[in-house]
Amino acid sequence: MKGYLGIDVGSVSTNLVLLDEEQEIKEKLYLRTQGRPIDVVQTGLEELGEKIDDLDIKAVGTTGSARDLAGVIVGADIVKNEITAHAVAASNIVPEVKTVLEIGGQDSKITILRDGVVVDFAMNTVCAAGTGSFLDQQASRLNIPIEEFGQFALEADNPVRIAGRCSVFAESDMIHKQQLGHSMENIIAGLCEALVRNYLNNVGQGKEILEPIVFQGGVAANEGIREAFAKSLDAEIVVPEHHDVMGAIGAGMLAQEAVQEKEETSFKGFDASDFTYEVSSFNCDGCPNSCEIINIHQNGELVARWGSKCPRWEAV
Amino acid sequence: MKVTYPHMGLMNLSAKSLLKELGLEVVEPPPITERTLNLGVKHAPEFACLPLKINVGNYIEALEAGADTIIMAGGSGPCRFGYYGEVQKEILKDLDYDFEMITFEPFQGSWSNFLQQFKFIFKHLSWWNLWSAWKLAWTKCQLIDEATEYTNRMRGYAVKPKLVTEVYEVFLNRIEDIHEIEKLHSAIVEMKNQILDLKIDWQKEPLKVGIVGEIYVVLEPFTNLNLEKKLGEMGVVVNRSIYLSDWISEHLFSTSVDSEEHQKIEAAAEPYLEHFVGGHGLETIGRTVLYNQDDYDGVIQLAPFTCMPEIVAESILPKVSRELDMPVLSLTLDEHTGEAGYITRLEAFVDLLKRKQGLKTGGQVI
Repeated sequence: MKGYLGIDVGSVSTNLVLLDEEQEIKEKLYLRTQGRPIDVVQTGLEELGEKIDDLDIKAVGTTGSARDLAGVIVGADIVKNEITAHAVAASNIVPEVKTVLEIGGQDSKITILRDGVVVDFAMNTVCAAGTGSFLDQQASRLNIPIEEFGQFALEADNPVRIAGRCSVFAESDMIHKQQLGHSMENIIAGLCEALVRNYLNNVGQGKEILEPIVFQGGVAANEGIREAFAKSLDAEIVVPEHHDVMGAIGAGMLAQEAVQEKEETSFKGFDASDFTYEVSSFNCDGCPNSCEIINIHQNGELVARWGSKCPRWEAV
Repeated sequence: MKVTYPHMGLMNLSAKSLLKELGLEVVEPPPITERTLNLGVKHAPEFACLPLKINVGNYIEALEAGADTIIMAGGSGPCRFGYYGEVQKEILKDLDYDFEMITFEPFQGSWSNFLQQFKFIFKHLSWWNLWSAWKLAWTKCQLIDEATEYTNRMRGYAVKPKLVTEVYEVFLNRIEDIHEIEKLHSAIVEMKNQILDLKIDWQKEPLKVGIVGEIYVVLEPFTNLNLEKKLGEMGVVVNRSIYLSDWISEHLFSTSVDSEEHQKIEAAAEPYLEHFVGGHGLETIGRTVLYNQDDYDGVIQLAPFTCMPEIVAESILPKVSRELDMPVLSLTLDEHTGEAGYITRLEAFVDLLKRKQGLKTGGQVI
């Protein structure tokens, strides 16, 4: 059987998805990146390789902030930015989707589609309040498992107002409210509302948000945020079953298309997990830019290099 | 006297030419690097915009290299740029540097006031010297802009856009040592021919993107992470709405405010913004509308973080974009130099434009 692999290496999570020819999800892996993208991609490949034996990988695509790095490690047929990958996945799973809300670990974005085509998008630029990492951090500060965090919000009777413009101030505002004696539930619900308010102001600024609205990314698991979106937009929020790995799904779908043009995959195989990778860097002294050049070595051999502003170090 | 000036894109090429032809000793600040930025960020107020910070870094590095006189432009209107000269002077004085700062205020209708500012240069110079030095520098400035515009267009048609960049960079290196106007003109003709000798695919229908926004970050590739080159090498025809030569004629001589071109911009902006908001906020809106009329596929707005005129424009752009049905991407630039995030946005923007153009690209399904 033919399979298509999609890999999304983000700041918080690394996801691998295996699709069949009908773009049905055969396997999915959700791993924590923990700042070690190379290791986690290798672990993921290994785990996935053990689960499937009769599957022939026809194409592989990477996305996410470490998409280039992951692309080198696995031998990707396509390396695509996460905005496009997310839109592809959303429009395939909910074909008539008009708005995609996406909150990931470090970034949040909104994508506007009309008739299946992306017509506009925005991504947080100067402020990261309202992203997954912040929620994660708050959950651990309050000693509540992140999976139950949203549930707390739903039990609130009177959400307090939290200043959500900046995550540092949001946190200190939460602490102030705590010290006044507000209940945890009301504070968490207030935080969810603040993040949604911040998201709609900063990211969704001026965009026409029409239904159907798909909400994806790791944070879509949070019922409190879902509820706050529904309330604020007065609309139904659709959360796809595999909302947490939509980027990887999109990358897999794009890979399937890419290989039709390329005809053969560059996939290095699940054995790629056995390779050793070394990363070295140096500052080029060729000109005053002093670019930091990164070298990626696979089993001692240089396989990729980036970071330069000029063509001097481009050839590998 | 050892004169220096801040960097802004390729301004140094014409500035150096002018000052040297006037017989002054020039100590140019080293090219902008991480160190320049770090120095600026360390000594400038946090909420000042990026150009001020980089200016301060430039001055410190130039003073370290032996400069003793700084030349800076002044300004008027709501943009904070107007008082940057003074603020920068105070910052450097607090750091105990010993220097003179000369701030050129805009022409504003009076030749005698304007020329007064040049007194320090005039002392030993004839009118003729001044005029010929100016003419050479001004020609350089205009030709550099012309070459940049040409390069930005041709990258979109070239089979290997990187080769176009190479020819352009050779031209820029050559131009510094040319001291005759005729030779400058032949150098640019030669550059254009070299580009035309490359493999060019005229059948291609490249995407066309206009760049609008605050002049410093538009002109200075260090701050905009080489946006023009990046887009060009993705095969996009890039057009910049503002060049140094425009700014000089507008800023120093206040000519183009009443010019036909400017009235066209004002008229284009009028349904959205009816008055001057400082800096190039009005131009950002007007030019965006004009790019749409010229069948551009999209517009990218560049603004330094906290830039007031561009914030005004940014809040109006979604409406312009919606009504004209043309995508506009606003990028805010600050001292944070991680490129990955910008590249993600740029790639996604180009994907979006390609889709809209109806091209089949990168195997996209949407």
